[in-house]
Amino acid sequence: MSVFADHATRLVVQGITGRDGSFHARQMVEYGTNVVAGVTPGKGGLRFDDRVPVYNTVAEAVRDTGANASVIYVPPAGAAGAIYEAADAGIRLIVCITEGVPVMDMTRVLPFVRARGARLIGPNCPGLITPGEAKVGIIPGNICAPGRVGIVSRSGTLTYEIVNHLTRAGIGQSTCVGIGGDPLIGTNFIDVLQAFQDDPDTDVIVLMGEIGGTDEQKAAEFVQQNVTKPVVGFIAGQTAPKGRRMGHAGAIISGSSGTAEEKLAAFAAAGFGIMKRPVDVVELVQARL
Amino acid sequence: MNIHEYQARALLKAAGVPMFDGDVASTPTEAEAIARRLGGTVVVKAQVHTGGRGKAGGVKLAANPAEAADVASRILGMTINGLTVHKVLVVPAADIATEAYVGLIMDRETQRPVFMVSPAGGIDIEEVAATSPEKILRLPVDPVYGLLPHQAYTLAFFLYREFAHVKAAARIVEQLYRVFTENGASLAEINPLVTTPDGRVIALDAKLTVDDNELDRRPDLALLRDESAENPAEVTARRANLTFIKLDGNVGCVVNGAGLAMATMDLVKYYGGEPANFLDIGGSSSPDKVVSALRIITADARVKAILFNIFGGITRTDDVANGIRTALAQFPVKVPIVVRLTGTNEAEAVQILTGIGMTALNDMDEAVRQVVAAAKEAA
Repeated sequence: MSVFADHATRLVVQGITGRDGSFHARQMVEYGTNVVAGVTPGKGGLRFDDRVPVYNTVAEAVRDTGANASVIYVPPAGAAGAIYEAADAGIRLIVCITEGVPVMDMTRVLPFVRARGARLIGPNCPGLITPGEAKVGIIPGNICAPGRVGIVSRSGTLTYEIVNHLTRAGIGQSTCVGIGGDPLIGTNFIDVLQAFQDDPDTDVIVLMGEIGGTDEQKAAEFVQQNVTKPVVGFIAGQTAPKGRRMGHAGAIISGSSGTAEEKLAAFAAAGFGIMKRPVDVVELVQARL
Repeated sequence: MNIHEYQARALLKAAGVPMFDGDVASTPTEAEAIARRLGGTVVVKAQVHTGGRGKAGGVKLAANPAEAADVASRILGMTINGLTVHKVLVVPAADIATEAYVGLIMDRETQRPVFMVSPAGGIDIEEVAATSPEKILRLPVDPVYGLLPHQAYTLAFFLYREFAHVKAAARIVEQLYRVFTENGASLAEINPLVTTPDGRVIALDAKLTVDDNELDRRPDLALLRDESAENPAEVTARRANLTFIKLDGNVGCVVNGAGLAMATMDLVKYYGGEPANFLDIGGSSSPDKVVSALRIITADARVKAILFNIFGGITRTDDVANGIRTALAQFPVKVPIVVRLTGTNEAEAVQILTGIGMTALNDMDEAVRQVVAAAKEAA
């Protein structure tokens, strides 16, 4: 089981002939992900690595291969367009790895994707991996192992650090989801928490947050009301400098400055196990399995 | 990216927002000439990317051109929150009847631009927000349709009673919304929006923050960046595609990924040290980036030890090791370096480091403990 991606995932790689796209397409194939197609406009008809058919459009890829998920490695200028295209072609899960997508573009992309019933993860995220089944994105497969811990995180390499600790201690993961660090993202903590709560193969949830905004506080509140599974949390940036906020409006709209202290207090109030260091994840998760 | 008030004024003015004439000066003589042209009393305002200019003495009245020159000579070159003032804006001193606040921000929660307006504008708007939230109206705008006419009027009626003022303010919020969306802003602010005794509504100040992700497709906006108004080390870092923030400690940190970089700083503190910086070398890091990172960090004499914490994914750890080798061959690094790396091409990386007499650790906690101890010993 697990969430969002599994054996039934039929993946199309948008930007498969690019530098990042080709490298990671190979890694995903090697991991055993069912990569059914690639898309690069103008390269339709080619075969990537003599194996994966390349199409000019996502719609053609869906028609010929039954692709149901997409991962996007196109440059920032084309990323919003790639998301629109995937959603319009009926793709259900769209994972946008691209970093540097203009936020103004995302204000229009998000309602478009939602209206078509698709799920967008990212942009500017490492994607997700269901160990042993499917890897959609760039999380290194070799540090993961199948198991019953669900991980959701705003970070990339910090997630790897945590997963690595768990795997080395013999604790596997159901699915690891990197939701991305941009201000406007398609899937937030709450969406993933709900999915883990509903997933019979997830027993414990690890939530990795950062300073800034109120997403972690909202996640903690959601857990208190809707999640029965134990949650272990971390906040990065406890020593980060304060006062680097945007003008008056930023301070007003958040009602606070999004400090680590208030996030950790929200975690404590929701009964989370709280990591002081990344390595603490092992003990805290073990005690809850 | 922050732009200066005079630059934001130009964008608002081009969109039709009513503002007083004014101009920017880099010397007292220029300030004097502008004051003479404007006539009457003027305000001389420091152009720096920080708040609290007024309270720091960076905003002053001048009754005549000679006084404008004198005031400008005192403001130019002064330091506000660590930033040196290189330019001043000279504008007529307004006769003000009322002061309101108009702000527009990209809001994570609603995933939309959100207006915030208040009839109680001026320098203490943050306090208004904290103590009398009922004096602030928030209005999210659907980006697909833009700011609708009735929404513009809702905002304007919240600010003013007199219909002539309302009509003028409705037009101004529409213009501000257009400037915000057309320039990919994350923040646009007019504080204060004033009424004059003769019944006009005028923007007295302007602030605009542009989403960095817009700059690639908007070279015209990228040109507005004023590097002289930023921390020099941070400018060097950005040119090398590094994200760098200077801190006060003595443990230099080089990390890949923002989350891991913050967690590394936290761990340095946990083990009793003080981080000297935040530095993210980013994803696909070439050896050149590592060389630049070491140059920037070693330029700070307070740094007593340096920690590399690299979790290879897209980042190849052998690239990082090569960068360290190249840097050490190019310039002397007089403080101890502790390297922790794991992940992609780890074996090659260890070999490179061994070749130059360095060791690589595999465990983050162990590496942080060692670098903190080394910094303490040297301090």
